[in-house]
Amino acid sequence: MKVSVMGKRDVETTKKKPTEPRIKRFFKDFKNQWELQSMIIPGLVFMIIFSYIPMYGLLIAFKQYTALDTFSSAPWVGLENFRIILTDKFFWEAMINTVAISLMKLAIGFVAPIILAIMIYELHDGPVKRFMQTISYLPHFLSWIVLGGMLITWFSTTGLLNQTLIAAGILDKPQNYLLDAGKYWWIATLSDIWKEVGWGTILYLAVMSKIDPTYYEAAKIDGANRLKQIWHITIPSMKYIINLNLILAISGIFGSNFDQTLVLMNTQNQEKAEVLSTYVYRIGMTQGDFSYATAVGLGMSVVSLILLLGAHKVTKRLNEGQSVL
Amino acid sequence: MQRKVVKGDMDSRIFNFINMSLLIIFTFIIIIPIWNVLVSSFSSGRSLAEGGFVFWPKEFSLENYQAVFRDETIWQAFFISVAKTVIGASTHVLFCAMVAYAYSKQHLRGRKLYSMLGIITLFFSGGMIPTYLLIKSLGLLNSFWVYIIPALFSFFDVIILMNFFRNVPKSLEDSAKIDGAGDWKIFWKIYLPLSKPALATIALFNGVGQWNDFFTTKLYVTDQALYPLQMKIYEIIVQSQTHSMQNIGGSVVIETTARGVQLATIVITTLPIILIYPLLQRHFISGMMLGAVKE
Repeated sequence: MKVSVMGKRDVETTKKKPTEPRIKRFFKDFKNQWELQSMIIPGLVFMIIFSYIPMYGLLIAFKQYTALDTFSSAPWVGLENFRIILTDKFFWEAMINTVAISLMKLAIGFVAPIILAIMIYELHDGPVKRFMQTISYLPHFLSWIVLGGMLITWFSTTGLLNQTLIAAGILDKPQNYLLDAGKYWWIATLSDIWKEVGWGTILYLAVMSKIDPTYYEAAKIDGANRLKQIWHITIPSMKYIINLNLILAISGIFGSNFDQTLVLMNTQNQEKAEVLSTYVYRIGMTQGDFSYATAVGLGMSVVSLILLLGAHKVTKRLNEGQSVL
Repeated sequence: MQRKVVKGDMDSRIFNFINMSLLIIFTFIIIIPIWNVLVSSFSSGRSLAEGGFVFWPKEFSLENYQAVFRDETIWQAFFISVAKTVIGASTHVLFCAMVAYAYSKQHLRGRKLYSMLGIITLFFSGGMIPTYLLIKSLGLLNSFWVYIIPALFSFFDVIILMNFFRNVPKSLEDSAKIDGAGDWKIFWKIYLPLSKPALATIALFNGVGQWNDFFTTKLYVTDQALYPLQMKIYEIIVQSQTHSMQNIGGSVVIETTARGVQLATIVITTLPIILIYPLLQRHFISGMMLGAVKE
């Protein structure tokens, strides 16, 4: 069997005469593998329609396009939309909220899963460990809409949080936290961490399970205690994956959580809750200013891409030239 | 290669004790709020208004669920959610597998160009408004297919499946080729049956995504008959919030009834996720690793 397979391959390769022109050979091969090509072409067509046509559509950021125009009839305005951004008070408000919430999420939410993963890793294998992992992943699968509804219940005047705080004597009168703009950043950050911290441990735990156990035995003989073992063995072993996650987290600073904001935002906390993605939605979909909304969106994605490449470069230098992407 | 954590010296025992205590607190922080929502959904409107319970309803009642089940639009939303999840996840995984099969073949002509086309889509997109305009010009606004067609393909899932397909033993394919089987036949008869774990992983994740998706409805659907459960909950939340803001200090009864319905709907929406959760858990660790290899 094997021999005949090899033989068939040989025939195939000799069929391609190197003297044939490249284009002709390409079409011949293409025809020979029409079955394979017929499988990939739907994918390419999909990407052209649903990814590349919208990318072309970004050109309306340089036009004055409203619901009344067609794409081609809308007049070109150059960088006018981007100039308006600079003096748009609401844009900057949304920008500050986006960056502030993202940085808070980054500062707390990036370290939390690493610590949790190490704590779980340090447990004895068994049902307790499995149970804790199971519980910690669960909130990830709740949608923001569901979680938003839950948060409103927990934070309501008769809800869980007020009751606990009053019972503990920290508070004497119930408050409605979601109507308090000053607390919104914390609510957004902490609820996001509550939802994602367990899920964030999966990759770290997978990497840690591959650490050679003899390292720990050697360290123990040298008299290193558990914290020292974590610091000198566990954490360095995760360097690669930590870097990778950091790059992705940094590049996500401007792409903030649309669902979360939409469900938690109300007229009372809007000035602190509005983020860039909901701002784009409001300008574009509610007010119909397609061009300006697209300009804001385009600015967001360009800055995100720059951040991604920048973070990649920096961590590459820190890693002695090794790329993590 | 799991490390044995031995019960050792005093130092180690203190460490284990503190570690365990912190983890137990953490587990409670996750469980109690979820439990509290479940309990609240089984409470009467009056006891919801009074509050004062955490672990068990003060006054057990099914009134919230009765109110939900009386509402025909919620049944309809449930049906839409199920339909978009089942149809969406199955078509997505088949479509991606088909494309991934072709990508996984090194001898595919134009492979380099096709890969470039795909990779760019991972880093850059047209964004909200241009995509909306496209969906609108395709006539997908207020159509059930807006849940299915734009969600058919994801290059990220293609990469995961492609990596999986590369590990399928070549000898199987070769012997099928000798028997005269073409790529379509090999894909159907050999690759799909052998890749069930990977296909299940992608389908489950995509299914959860479909079930939880709210963005698509919010952007492209205004026809209430096409609302899935997530949108229904969002509507109830928005309504009861405006109520509670108009009624600061006023009629508490309306607010809490709305809140009870909201809680019951939340529980009903979350239940399917909890039911398939054991299945999900079996798959997602392998799935994450599959994705991480290439990333």
